[in-house]
Amino acid sequence: MSKLATGVLGVFPHLDTATDAIRRLRAEGFELTVYSPTPRHEVEEALGTKESPVRIFTLMGAFTGTAAGTALATWASIDWPLVVGGKSIVSLPAFSVIMFELTILLGALSTVAGLFILGRLPHLGPAEAPMYHPSFTAGNFGVFAHAPRDRYSDVQRIMNESGSEEVLVDHR
Amino acid sequence: MQTVTRSVFHPHVESYEQVNRDSMRLLTKPGKGYVALLAMAVSLVGLLVFAELHNIIFGLGMVGENWAVLITTFVFWVGIGHAGTLISAILYLFRAPWRQAVYRFAEAMTVFAVLTAALFPLLHIGRPWFFYWLLPLPSQRGIWPNFRSPLLWDVFAVTTYLTVSSVFFYIGLIPDIAAARDATTDPIRKRIYGVLALGWRGTDREWRHFTRAYLFLAALATPLVLSVHSVVSWDFAVSIVPGWHTTIFAPYFVAGAILSGVAMVVTLMVPVHRIFRLGAYFTPLHYDRLAKLLLLTSCIVGYAYAMEYFMAYYSGELYERDVFWDRVTGDYWWAGWSMITFNAILPQLLWIKKIRQNLNAFFIITIFVNIGMWYERFVIIAPSLSHSYEPWKFWNIHMTWVDASLLLGSFGWFFMWFLLFLRFLPGLSIAEIKEVLPPPMRNHGAHHHAHDEHEMTTETLPTGYREREVR
Repeated sequence: MSKLATGVLGVFPHLDTATDAIRRLRAEGFELTVYSPTPRHEVEEALGTKESPVRIFTLMGAFTGTAAGTALATWASIDWPLVVGGKSIVSLPAFSVIMFELTILLGALSTVAGLFILGRLPHLGPAEAPMYHPSFTAGNFGVFAHAPRDRYSDVQRIMNESGSEEVLVDHR
Repeated sequence: MQTVTRSVFHPHVESYEQVNRDSMRLLTKPGKGYVALLAMAVSLVGLLVFAELHNIIFGLGMVGENWAVLITTFVFWVGIGHAGTLISAILYLFRAPWRQAVYRFAEAMTVFAVLTAALFPLLHIGRPWFFYWLLPLPSQRGIWPNFRSPLLWDVFAVTTYLTVSSVFFYIGLIPDIAAARDATTDPIRKRIYGVLALGWRGTDREWRHFTRAYLFLAALATPLVLSVHSVVSWDFAVSIVPGWHTTIFAPYFVAGAILSGVAMVVTLMVPVHRIFRLGAYFTPLHYDRLAKLLLLTSCIVGYAYAMEYFMAYYSGELYERDVFWDRVTGDYWWAGWSMITFNAILPQLLWIKKIRQNLNAFFIITIFVNIGMWYERFVIIAPSLSHSYEPWKFWNIHMTWVDASLLLGSFGWFFMWFLLFLRFLPGLSIAEIKEVLPPPMRNHGAHHHAHDEHEMTTETLPTGYREREVR
């Protein structure tokens, strides 16, 4: 599902005007890319965002880590069977530390992998929306409506009515 | 009537843009004082390198008996790191809204403290270039490390901690580096920040996965931080040396670690606050919460000290009792009493509100706690080793110039990284402080904000927690 490469960008200095525009544009059936300086639940609600699947990466990574820790400690101990203090070669209570640490390590690294894969980081190819404004990391919210050229005027009207400070049109 | 909405934690922060401006202010051209401090830190690192070269050329004979100072300093620095993860991860899970302004410093401190701690195992093995023998790597002799040894657990715990805390630090930095990229005018900086920000633009897709990933990283870092110092404590507790072989070591070490770390956070925060005039971000409320955290951990540590003595007494074990008696009356009585006074008694002053809110007094207390916590590690290590089972083993440690250089050098190494961090990366977390600020609204009354000047309104934040806001 790739979004249209053309569209209109609205710059919103206020959160409520931005969410208003999001709701109205979605009702018109436009696909949106929303920029915000900080994560806001209002934006997510307006967009109807679903739960992120990053958690599956975390769970899988953590389980892989537990298994890897168990396997590494057990196999390495059997490969070089060295009796220390008369304890059994495979001593699970002692190995639990290794299992735990690798659970955390692989869980964390695969969470990051999940973030990078799902969030499409780092951005190497063309960006999701062709237009961006540096003020989106400072104080402004941005709503980019992916629209065909013949519907630009509809989008511009909705953005202006919602209270956009500046509407930029992609004329490439 | 025009009303304004402000966060109760940051009543003087007016807008989102102000956060960016103030955070970028930290990254502007440094003054002479900064250069002087950095030069001092770098020269201390030079001392560390010199002392280590001496070790490599002439052997470890000059690092004092049983590497006591090196092990003490290792445990000290690992402990310092803990408060950073506590503030960035545990308080994140607890939804403490005062963490946002403080956590970037705390987390940077964690990464650099663990980086410093990681030096010491390398230094004390004598041939640091063989450090990879610690790791479970295949060798042609088919020998593997002993997975039942707490020293190997330590390798796993500390490397995992260093990796996860660095990753957590960097992930949290990405949106702020993007903000720095968009704000900076210096073309070289712009390019470097651009690469580091990975093309972050703050789109809904990015935030959606970012907030979840951050939550899970915090959830993984929380048990990790509690495990790391537990594992470090088992280096001692699993042995049968009197004074070490106790079951309370793990929680005792973790509480001590958080105590020392919170103290170090405040020790670093206060000068930065003063120099860069960050009063809008580090408010009395923040210091109050930190002081209470310090007080709580100090009480836990004080309780652990008392219990150690009780357990030694109640065990009826001659050697155990003797070691504990020796700690406060023997050759190291000064270290033993410094530890008790600075960690358990002095912070009790923070019960008094006047002292808690006096920044100078609080700063001085935290410096004493830092010293006291180094002594705590020293008191655990040196007297127990120098007062072991047989009298022929009794010795006293003498701090050599190599020991002292490595200790001082570790501070230089830590402060060097911290100073460079202050200059090059956003020290205030731009995106996260905005989470606790009320969002800019055009139609105030129509939304969550009531009109009455004194009324408190509640607003749900993106992370899902409720927080009070004053208007």
